[in-house]
Amino acid sequence: MATKNTTKLIRQESPNLIPERDLGAIPVLQAEHLGIDFGGLTAVNDFNIALGPTEISGIIGPNGAGKTTVFNLLTCVYKPTRGTVMIDGYDLAGKSVVEANHMGIARTFQNIRLFNNMTVMENIQVGQGSHMTSHFFEDVLRLPAHWKQEKESADNARDLLRIFGMENLANNLAGNLPYGAQRKLEILRALATQPKILLLDEPAAGMNPAETDELMENVLKIRDDFKIAVLLIEHDMKFVMGICEGLAVLDHGNIIAKGTPEEVQNNPRVIEAYLGKQEVR
Amino acid sequence: MTKMYPRDNNHNPVIVTGFGGKDGHRRELTMPARYAINAILVALFVFGGNFLVGEGLISRYQTVVFEQIGVYVLMTVSLNIVTGYLGQLPLGHAGFMSIGGYACAIFIIRMMPLFGLDAQSMASGSTPAVILFVVGLLFGGICAALMGVVIGIPALRLRGDYLAIITLGFAEIIRVVLVNIDSALGFKLTGGASGLTGIPAYTGYLNTAIVASLAIFAIHTLMKSRHGRAILAIRDNEIAAEASGVNTTYYKTLAFVFSAFLAGIAGGLYAGCIGVMAPAKFGFMKSVEILVMVVLGGMGSMFGSVVSATVLTVLPEALRAFADYRMVAYAIVLILVMIFRPEGLFGSYDFSLSRIIKRVMNRDFPWNNDDSDEQTDVQVNAKAGVQANEQADTQVEATTDSKEA
Repeated sequence: MATKNTTKLIRQESPNLIPERDLGAIPVLQAEHLGIDFGGLTAVNDFNIALGPTEISGIIGPNGAGKTTVFNLLTCVYKPTRGTVMIDGYDLAGKSVVEANHMGIARTFQNIRLFNNMTVMENIQVGQGSHMTSHFFEDVLRLPAHWKQEKESADNARDLLRIFGMENLANNLAGNLPYGAQRKLEILRALATQPKILLLDEPAAGMNPAETDELMENVLKIRDDFKIAVLLIEHDMKFVMGICEGLAVLDHGNIIAKGTPEEVQNNPRVIEAYLGKQEVR
Repeated sequence: MTKMYPRDNNHNPVIVTGFGGKDGHRRELTMPARYAINAILVALFVFGGNFLVGEGLISRYQTVVFEQIGVYVLMTVSLNIVTGYLGQLPLGHAGFMSIGGYACAIFIIRMMPLFGLDAQSMASGSTPAVILFVVGLLFGGICAALMGVVIGIPALRLRGDYLAIITLGFAEIIRVVLVNIDSALGFKLTGGASGLTGIPAYTGYLNTAIVASLAIFAIHTLMKSRHGRAILAIRDNEIAAEASGVNTTYYKTLAFVFSAFLAGIAGGLYAGCIGVMAPAKFGFMKSVEILVMVVLGGMGSMFGSVVSATVLTVLPEALRAFADYRMVAYAIVLILVMIFRPEGLFGSYDFSLSRIIKRVMNRDFPWNNDDSDEQTDVQVNAKAGVQANEQADTQVEATTDSKEA
């Protein structure tokens, strides 16, 4: 379980901006022989991945390859038919979505899912909720513990908003935000749950090139500031090749290639999956 | 996009005391000031009304109508927690009301001899009578809350129509049990179908108004805390709420049980107001009546709930002169509102006295300002996080005062 007794963010001061890769330690996220069948259809088969702390990795693949299904398996939305998922060495088998989140896995959604009738600030504070300890009666009777907690949470939420320069939007309704800001807010809400791994489902979808560049910088900054691992699904190759340290390519539920972006780019099977087989004359 | 006011390093609005506003500085009310203003208004309303009743300026009949308004306001705001804030649709609210009413009435009847009270002195306002009243109400509320846990845990796994039907079923079970429990137990507890009689008239204008104000305050503070935010998040997007670590089962049950607790307290007040409890009063129609009040006022608006509970309680009484046509008129009012304001009279608007005061302090009137719109005001208001506390209490005040006039 994540630490329950503090609302402090896990941000640490980093002397050097690029954190050291700690590959000797336990992978913060590990999936082994993960697979799921829907009826007779095998959606994902034999999916293996290990993510070190502070590593940014990506999953790419053509439409319908099973990328979002993998995310749903990692966050316990689906129960896997085969295989295991481990977070920091703890098995996720039989856990609920909420328990998985408390163990340190947070995600965003491909189609934005914000709390549209709540303000930007409240959206983030919902994310902080599981780390707040004020008791029901403390809140209802407005005891000092309530005020202290609310102030801490508002301060932390403002810190988070500052990452994306969204402080002046704090009191707007989330549903009224422009599209790009909604995507960013979803990332912030996920960050507010103090995860160890952040799963981003197509974070750059629908963004223009300038916004995509800004998002790239911000994802790197989040990784460096919060020292968390990031796993992302993205179709924008410039984005993926620009920030991912490792890539896995999915096609029809199977991993067809794995490695650094350069290795993957030149892999014939990947080219085949995306562009089709070259005709031999 | 929004009008920007000067901000300090922490991005809080710069606060300047005193009047002004044309220099671009935003004036804010401090938190104790907001609480004090609202507390004074609530006290004025509660004790002013009590003065009118005590001096005999309003008739006994009108007093009973006021007590019923208090009971229905309590029922409506409590159902509004589940319907408006949690976004579920239960149809068994009258069941909790009957549990609370019977539990409170039976408790008080059985405990009166222990406190050395009889039916007359129970309404006297002496210290033991007040203690017994408070304990009895809490007992009724806790019984209803326990029933809320028992019903809520299985029922809240369902949603939409299915939740409506299962809660309807549970409410019917409660009603049938209340009719038949005497013969099963072998001694007189609820009085069966003929009803429970001899309930002392412990409900008065004063204690109804105080209990309703406290309940509205509690709902307001709950909704402006981490628990309330979790409940609202479930309404807006349950999948995202789960992924953000909100334990949806827990918070759904919490909202449901809190709502049942307040309905039980309303039932306790109702028993003392009517004097006779009969299971037939708590049928399906009672649940629907309360749901209509919530929907008419606007789901998610406490102000709307208070206003519509008041109007829909007074309307049948006011139309008594037209005896034969009054139910027709009642129905027509409902149909007209649903055609022209399908989101309810007030939508999700909530009245806030502090917001109005702040407007006056900032001279932020519609005719004064070219482009500063209400949106900006609401936003800066919400900034304080806790703004407009007890706003709902002043709503009771406003609504009932206008009626008294």
